Amino acid sequence: MKFQGDVIKYGDNVDTDVIIPARYLNTIDKKELASHCMEDLDQTFVSRVKQGDIMVAGFNFGCGSSREHAPIAIKESGIALVIAKSFARIFYRNSINIGLPIIECPEAAEAIAEGNRLDVDMDQGIIRNVTTGAEYKTEPFPEFVQKIITSGGLIESIKKGTIQ
Amino acid sequence: MAMTMTQKILAAHAGLDSVSAGQLILANVDMVLGNDITSPVAIREYKKLGRDSVFDKEKVAMVMDHFAPNKDIKAAEQCKMCRNFCGDMDITNFYDVGQMGVEHALLPERGLVVSGDVVIGADSHTCTYGALGAFSTGVGSTDMACGMATGKAWFKVPSALKFELKGKLNKDVYGKDVILHIIGMIGVDGALYKSMEFCGEGLHTLSVSDRLCMANMAIEAGAKNGIFEVDDQTLSFIREAGGKEPTVYAADADAEYEQTYVIDLSEIKPTVAFPHLPENTHTVDEIDDIAIDQVVIGSCTNGRLEDLVIAAAVLKGRQVKKGVRTIVIPATQKIYMQAMEMGLLKTFIEAGATVSTPTCGPCLGGHMGILAEGERAVATTNRNFVGRMGHPKSEVYLASPAVAAASAITGKISQPSDLD
Repeated sequence: MKFQGDVIKYGDNVDTDVIIPARYLNTIDKKELASHCMEDLDQTFVSRVKQGDIMVAGFNFGCGSSREHAPIAIKESGIALVIAKSFARIFYRNSINIGLPIIECPEAAEAIAEGNRLDVDMDQGIIRNVTTGAEYKTEPFPEFVQKIITSGGLIESIKKGTIQ
Repeated sequence: MAMTMTQKILAAHAGLDSVSAGQLILANVDMVLGNDITSPVAIREYKKLGRDSVFDKEKVAMVMDHFAPNKDIKAAEQCKMCRNFCGDMDITNFYDVGQMGVEHALLPERGLVVSGDVVIGADSHTCTYGALGAFSTGVGSTDMACGMATGKAWFKVPSALKFELKGKLNKDVYGKDVILHIIGMIGVDGALYKSMEFCGEGLHTLSVSDRLCMANMAIEAGAKNGIFEVDDQTLSFIREAGGKEPTVYAADADAEYEQTYVIDLSEIKPTVAFPHLPENTHTVDEIDDIAIDQVVIGSCTNGRLEDLVIAAAVLKGRQVKKGVRTIVIPATQKIYMQAMEMGLLKTFIEAGATVSTPTCGPCLGGHMGILAEGERAVATTNRNFVGRMGHPKSEVYLASPAVAAASAITGKISQPSDLD
């Protein structure tokens, strides 16, 4: 998978309550969820995010609640990829399961700045900062996880028999 | 190969002799749980699989607790979707208003989780059941959907941190203070992807209620699960709840832990987590006056009968401070009934508190106690993130039922000894 996009950057411990506040969890409509994405942290996000943008953040991204509404809202808002120093484990799992690409890369997440343009090749494990020229190497997913992603998420892998 | 307690349970459920940290496995699950917020997404995903029955109708539980009793039309629609699905699938453990309670108080109470089980739940506080010696962990709705269909879940076998408990808690100090202390020490990602395994002679001095509270908040340190060694107290709790025969696993003596922390329970003091992270902990004796507008006593963390007994003992014969809205929420119908029979509800009402039907309600800013801009609450809940209980500019301080009750009386963050 390859991505090219502009960066929207946040800090450490971005929790699922700010990604999608619980007061909006009375719906499972993806578009409605996306319309409140990041609202309690950054009221400008929804108006400035563009299709294909890349979210970059610090440690423990997506901590807190198990609400899958969080990666759904991010994906539906137009974000193509999230790069963070680390991810909270349920968010990490949920992203893989619903097919929101994520990369854990502390070095890149530290250096990349708001508004930078990135060129990312997930298969090769390379993040290139087009704005600064810097390049970062990332760890590929374990094969088991790659199977889920290439099948198009967990539901599809079960349908296709990739996972029994 | 030496294994931790968690690793042994996972190996047994994956049909393997042994597993090691980092290994990816597919494990059988004993229970798949969801609530009225996460289940609708799971049902939508489940329907894509085109199956006409769940893997085992006894091993799926759906609890209408977050926005129930329905707080608005949309919440009503979500509960209806769950109700219809459980009806169609003939799911035994569907809990609606009248039977429901806060899910993580309800399942142990009804004997639906026992030692040695693997439980996945589309709710992050599913880790609560580790108190009973089960491997239980929060997952998302898609995992829940696939769990309902196949009875399996994939896991990366976690490495572990060991918490060796010694000594005994002092008066007015509870499991909540211990877990807040630990989160303050290791941070909100201090146990990221890992197990927190609790053991040691001090463990036996903790009530099952204290252990449930501590395991509940393992997720607030980023942990995959928190788990307690099983002892006689655990087994009698499970027996009384009418659970199936438990399977007791113990860690190997030479199991590998990334780190061992020795926690002297006698040194723990009443502790509060300041906004906006559970790691921002302070002991109550070292903080300045912090005036509050609301107190919430309840939730999957501290809404059990023992918690209400503690709060009532502090409130008995006293009055909550004028201007402090004090909301007590028994976590289940059974707890509500017991609290009524014991006269606790009378104590709360006489003190000027209000008592609500079981619900997660205010803990996640749903209903039944939402904060306005600039307001401050002391809550026995588990999270104090920005906007968690209402307005993004409101604040939540996490504390034990004893501290919450004392704070309700003084109108500022206090401990019971401040009332003497």
